[in-house]
Amino acid sequence: MAGKRKPKVAVWKFASCDGCQLSLLDCEDELLAVAEEIEIANFPEASRAVVKGPYDLSLVEGSITTPHDEERIHQVRRSSKFLVAIGACATAGGIQALRNFKDVQDFISIVYATPDYIDTLRTSSAISEHVRVDFELRGCPINKMQLVEVISAYLKDRKPVTPAHSVCVECKRRGTVCVMVSQGTFCMGPVTHAGCEAICPSYNRGCYGCFGPKETPNTESLSEWSKENGMAGEELVRAYRSFNACATPFRKESERHD
Amino acid sequence: MTKKTRTIKVDYLARVEGEGALYIKIKDDVVQDVKLKIFEPPRFFEAFLQGRDFREAPDITARICGICPVAYQMSAIHAMENALGIQLDGPLREIRRLMYCGEWIESHVLHIYMLHAPDFLGYEDAVRMAKDHKGIVERGLQLKKVGNEIVSLIGGREIHPINARVGGFYKVFAKPELDGLKERLKWARDAALETVRWTAQLPFPEFEQDYEFVALSHPEEYAFNEGRLVSNRGLDIAVADYENHFVEEHVEHSNALHSVLKERDSYFVGPMARYNLNFDQLSPLAQEAALEAGLGRECTNPFKSIVVRSVEVLYACDEALRILESYEKPERPYVDLEPRKSTGYACTEAPRGILYHRYSMDSEGKIVTARIVPPTSQNQKTIENDLWKFVPKFLDLPEEKLTWQCEQAIRNYDPCISCATHFLKLDLERV
Repeated sequence: MAGKRKPKVAVWKFASCDGCQLSLLDCEDELLAVAEEIEIANFPEASRAVVKGPYDLSLVEGSITTPHDEERIHQVRRSSKFLVAIGACATAGGIQALRNFKDVQDFISIVYATPDYIDTLRTSSAISEHVRVDFELRGCPINKMQLVEVISAYLKDRKPVTPAHSVCVECKRRGTVCVMVSQGTFCMGPVTHAGCEAICPSYNRGCYGCFGPKETPNTESLSEWSKENGMAGEELVRAYRSFNACATPFRKESERHD
Repeated sequence: MTKKTRTIKVDYLARVEGEGALYIKIKDDVVQDVKLKIFEPPRFFEAFLQGRDFREAPDITARICGICPVAYQMSAIHAMENALGIQLDGPLREIRRLMYCGEWIESHVLHIYMLHAPDFLGYEDAVRMAKDHKGIVERGLQLKKVGNEIVSLIGGREIHPINARVGGFYKVFAKPELDGLKERLKWARDAALETVRWTAQLPFPEFEQDYEFVALSHPEEYAFNEGRLVSNRGLDIAVADYENHFVEEHVEHSNALHSVLKERDSYFVGPMARYNLNFDQLSPLAQEAALEAGLGRECTNPFKSIVVRSVEVLYACDEALRILESYEKPERPYVDLEPRKSTGYACTEAPRGILYHRYSMDSEGKIVTARIVPPTSQNQKTIENDLWKFVPKFLDLPEEKLTWQCEQAIRNYDPCISCATHFLKLDLERV
């Protein structure tokens, strides 16, 4: 890209906890170097300066939950050449997609005394359900080194390396002893997308699926094994219904036990 | 400027966590209306916690905020343990304090260097500030990194850590495994001291106010996880009595609930409140640095919160080192807890102030009701009050400058709107 202008990068927020965009500011060693290669054109959490679009690269955090955001995501798409959805909210609807299994009006009245003031959609949905998405980065939260990889790949015009195999592969590479085999601990690693570097099993706990489903997950087999080992159906429902509850393979598996 | 009516509008407040706007209406040089609007979409955590297992609350509530997930985990864990009648002591209690030190450092330093300092020095952001002040921004990033290293080591990762659980931790560490943090923290303590000195010489507007400060207070330590709720106007209550004294109001311009003290009105939580109420429990080094920086034992100018935050970073480094020096590996990582029908309460000191959780569970441990009051919704009314008083003093300023000053006044509070939505945009209208 020598001699060319710096690519304009924008960061957009929808319903979310801000953790995934914070990952960019958490790149303490890389942030100033990255900022040399790109123009941070629209990133309200970090800057007052707003450079007008169109933007070369848009990072979109959060899910669509309001009529206003349903409109706004189309504006973001129109002003973005390459759009990356970052995190479980943007790729699967996030934890707030638990509303999709219930009546949202009940939810509003539980939290707010004057529900009339609240303008919300019945469901929380992924960005790809509304607009074309060029790349999805998984995780609740995303792994910041994977975010640097996505930005670097974009700058070099290559495909990012973010394998879609299971967390089990990452455990093997770390040399972590399998918590299912050795301790009988329920672990979603066999059906969960890699990317976190298998943190939970290395801390003596089962994976809880925060990176969502891997490619072609055999959820049914995991559920059968778990039931044989004494897990109740409702526990399986809760396991699949967390941070990626509306990712299709997890949603379907939870419905099988509901 | 011949028009009688002016509005100040910021449609999307920058350098705050989450989505908010500001609207101020001025008629004949008198402020008519101030609205801190929070349009961050609601996510209904209290509703979907119902029916979940009590052990899930720390991981679920962490997702309310990517900036202070440890605070949510700590409040949820302590509330559940309160419900089940246990109180941890010894090394497990110390590791929780250590993890909180990490979050205070990471969150405070993010705000000091990347969100707040650019206002004082007239930069749009820290990256632009770095062009003229590279060494300072790099010091901030490295200091923030030390906070993140603590959370990552103890918690597994910086954002939404995975190691804390009701009853303790999944994994605990032998002393040598934590020793690497000591050298890093010694560097951080020096950098934090430099940060106090650097922030103390920033230009501050004269804006001393009369606030009711509310914070946790503990007889033996600068309170993080336990204590009574106290104020400088005589409040002194157990955490379980919180809802008898504080009430949340739902106002039309905000998706966040405004919290007020029933007996009086608005109040102020966070670093300023803790500093004013608990100064004597700061470490000697932190006290000395604060006094040397000219803060005094009391500070009522919210623009100086950046110095107070720096003092708290220094304290957190000191405290983390104290914990590491005396640390012994706990005999077991956690205590097993059997659920029973019960209700539990907890307040812990999130970086931005007290974070209240209350849960009721049934005999199987299923959550029946949940109530969460984040710090920013408690400060929201105080932020609006500040603007009512601040704007009339600076009406001679040009529009762009006045708007920026109003934004800075909001950022004094390090508002976390993602938390409070349960955020911010500025509309200054001059009629």
